[in-house]
Amino acid sequence: MIAEMKWNPEEPVAINSQGEERPLEEALRRHFEITVLTKPLLEKALPLAPGASGLSELVENEQAVRDYMHGRDLLDLIRDYSLFDIPAKEFVSILRKMPPRLYSAASSLKAYPEEVHLTVGKVAFHAHGRERFGVCSGQCALRLQEGDTVPVYVHENSNFRLPADADAPIIMIGPGTGIAPFRAFLQEREEIGAQGKSWLFFGDQHFVTDFLYQVEWQRWLKQGVLSRIDLAFSRDASRKIYVQHRMLEKSRELYAWLQDGAVVYVCGDEKHMAKDVHQTLLSIVMNEGGMGEDAAKEYIMQMQKEKRYQRDVY
Amino acid sequence: MEKNKRLMEHEGPPSDVERIKRESNYLRGTLKETMADPVSAGIPDDDNRLLKFHGSYLQDDRDLRIERQRQKLEPAYQFMVRVRAPGGVATPEQWLVLDELARKYANGSLRLTTRQSFQLHGVLKWNMKTAIQQINEALLSTLGACGDVNRNVMCNPNPHQSHIHAEVYEWSKKLSEHLSPQTNAYHEIWLDGEKVVSTKESEEPLYKDVYLPRKFKIGIAVPPSNDIDVYSQDLGFIAIVENGRLAGFNVAVGGGMGMTDGDPYTYPQLASAIGFCPAEKMVEVAEKVVAIQRDFGNRSVRKYARFKYTIDDRGLDWFVNELHKRLGWTLEEKRPYQFLHNGDRYGWTEGSGGSWHYTLFVENGRIRDFDDYPLMTGLREIAAVHQGDFRLTPNQNVIIANVSPDKKDAIEALIESCGLANRKRHSPLRKHSMACVALPTCGLAKAESERYLPTLLDKIEKLFADAGLPDEEVVIRMSGCPNGCSRPALAEIAFIGKSPGKYNMYLGGSFNGERLNKLYRENAGESEIIEALQPIINHYAKEKQPDEHFGDFVIRCGYVKKVLSGQDFHA
Ligand SMILES: Cc1cc2nc3c(=O)[nH]c(=O)nc-3n(C[C@H](O)[C@H](O)[C@H](O)COP(=O)(O)OP(=O)(O)OC[C@H]3O[C@@H](n4cnc5c(N)ncnc54)[C@H](O)[C@@H]3O)c2cc1C
Ligand code: SF4
Repeated sequence: MIAEMKWNPEEPVAINSQGEERPLEEALRRHFEITVLTKPLLEKALPLAPGASGLSELVENEQAVRDYMHGRDLLDLIRDYSLFDIPAKEFVSILRKMPPRLYSAASSLKAYPEEVHLTVGKVAFHAHGRERFGVCSGQCALRLQEGDTVPVYVHENSNFRLPADADAPIIMIGPGTGIAPFRAFLQEREEIGAQGKSWLFFGDQHFVTDFLYQVEWQRWLKQGVLSRIDLAFSRDASRKIYVQHRMLEKSRELYAWLQDGAVVYVCGDEKHMAKDVHQTLLSIVMNEGGMGEDAAKEYIMQMQKEKRYQRDVY
Repeated sequence: MEKNKRLMEHEGPPSDVERIKRESNYLRGTLKETMADPVSAGIPDDDNRLLKFHGSYLQDDRDLRIERQRQKLEPAYQFMVRVRAPGGVATPEQWLVLDELARKYANGSLRLTTRQSFQLHGVLKWNMKTAIQQINEALLSTLGACGDVNRNVMCNPNPHQSHIHAEVYEWSKKLSEHLSPQTNAYHEIWLDGEKVVSTKESEEPLYKDVYLPRKFKIGIAVPPSNDIDVYSQDLGFIAIVENGRLAGFNVAVGGGMGMTDGDPYTYPQLASAIGFCPAEKMVEVAEKVVAIQRDFGNRSVRKYARFKYTIDDRGLDWFVNELHKRLGWTLEEKRPYQFLHNGDRYGWTEGSGGSWHYTLFVENGRIRDFDDYPLMTGLREIAAVHQGDFRLTPNQNVIIANVSPDKKDAIEALIESCGLANRKRHSPLRKHSMACVALPTCGLAKAESERYLPTLLDKIEKLFADAGLPDEEVVIRMSGCPNGCSRPALAEIAFIGKSPGKYNMYLGGSFNGERLNKLYRENAGESEIIEALQPIINHYAKEKQPDEHFGDFVIRCGYVKKVLSGQDFHA
């Protein structure tokens, strides 16, 4: 952006409303969000764009805005709508502060009192003629070296916790990076010697490369800390298999666990996985419990009330 | 001295592998369950031992070990699948099936082995059943390709004397069938066969529930070619041709290549010819020989369990007596024969029946598409039109065999258009070389072999060329460990891996495979190897006698001592 706009990277710019200043390059690198586009940003950019650029027509059309923002970043916006010849100071004033990225703790404080482990999936994709990387996951995967530091804070989520009763059975559904909190759960349960049964559904693309924490699950299975595991690798077979398919295959046992008071946890992708898993749970309750749709919904609602159906999806 | 130590250990308790075999219920173990376990791409050690008998075993990509450990992933487990083909004969249809399996389920390559079988590397657990089923549907099998049983029966694929070869090949098939494990486990586990209630004795009449103490290797040679290295076999048959017909076989026993680092009680050994039997008695002889090894082989210490030690510990006379006793008749006096070479003859040859055969050099037996050399594609295109068969040679090459005269031009055109014959590096010396697989897949490898020998040969070729001998034929072999899968102990120059980049160098084998070589340099890296070889090669160029082979020269000039028995190998 600096090159494209012919800005001076050393020029001081304000990074907050208190007027604190930093050199432009540092400000763009560390303080402002310059990848993910939002509708408010597009609206704020309107006055900066030449009238004929077509940006105002875009902003008026909800669907077109959404389509445009998908896989594009600020540099695309500059190029596509000719946001040139704008002083750096003015430009950064429309940017929003770099938001924090949340990551589930993948370790238990009891097992690792001095550490927190994260499971960060690298966001990398090719779109609109460029290789693109997520800001935070890209930083972790591509640039951070052992010993480097990053600013962090703890964000507590009281709605996604192990049951107080260490004997209660738990069912954990966490494909992809959704596996993170469940690793912490098992560490915790191993540490406190919990007796409750546990069942993990995990999935990803390939068994060989994507079975996250494989050797740990194998050990926990052997030692009985984990009672069952079902795996779904979507790209290994001609038919795509996801965690919900594995749940369906095990309908009967799964329902028996629910009847036994199992707590169900779902973590990971919100858009597809969480919906499919929810639908699957519903049909398992209907089929195995011999219930109509309403009764099944009621059943799951009840579970939610009892905090026996917890989700952390993103 | 040797006898005492090995015989003493013989008295010890049976090794763990013996327990696994006995408890396996005729090779079943828990293979069916562990092969279906989705949490690991591997299987437990006990089952892996048994899987060998089914023609496969677990390996991992050793190049990835450390990185995967950091990733909290198990090793990159994968299976090697070995396909038995007695005498190395495969139809074009079978070739196409293996070619497809290699590309679909393995690492995109086919490996021809030093025992004339095919190997697939990199097959994932979930694909094993499909792969083995398709192999069997193509009328090939993997049963008994590894493990403590008789392995793939080798047989000279000699295309010159076709009718003799055809007869010898038939005998190799009979031997192979007769000595194949009989257990139904293979069908149950891989081919969805009905579970048969085991009736113990009847399940495995020859091998019983203990199978053999170690692997057992049989090969049939047709002089003057000793391409199967008959002296390296536990049991070798040497075809005796009289008046243009197969009279029978000389029988040789007790050869074997493997040894264990640092244990002088282990050594490569040459088989000894003990007599002659008519052709129709050869299966009976083989069965009795195998049974003797079954009953007398060392079951306490696996490194002493090969047949060669069973014989060396008790003496050849003991063995011949025991064999005669079991046969109820005696072998005849061995008949004269002469071996001239153990390498392959390349290019077109005309067989006695008027059909043509083309021997193609395959460097280290590896069939794949190289950047500048579409070997795998080329052979696939040939298989699609070929009406004869393919024969794998004991030197890991392939013969496009039995091409009728009217099809010769078409095959020739394909060989030409794919450039299969003109790869520039194929010097005569390279064409006599062999390397085992070793890294990254072989778990025993201590050093590179298949991936390294080609570069080392570049340098050795240059030594010979600089000395004025660019077309010299020299048998050079490399193995990644002392197990000796490429039969290094018989080569004129051999390298056996000690540690990454370091090899023991041996000199003095013979061009026809009748003599063992001897250690010349220990623990040598590449520059030491080249430095050691250069003066000898220059000396050879100056003072070799007419037709004198390199291996004979180094003995005549005293670089190493001549070794005719394994017991002198370390002396
Ligand atoms: C409660 C919670 C818990 C979370 N836990 C974890 C966790 O444990 N592990 C984890 O890895 N993540 C987790 N996340 C997600 C994480 O916070 C980040 O959103 C994620 O790492 C991406 O951030 P980034 O800075 O790397 O990418 P950004 O720079 O923020 O870019 C991400 C954007 O790229 C775009 N994009 C991504 N892929 C494509 C594509 N293929 N095509 C087009 N556009 C695409 C999308 O618009 C997406 O918004 C969690 C999120 C929440 C809310
Ligand atoms: S010789 Fe050793 S390294 Fe080579 S393939 Fe055989 S066992 Fe492996």
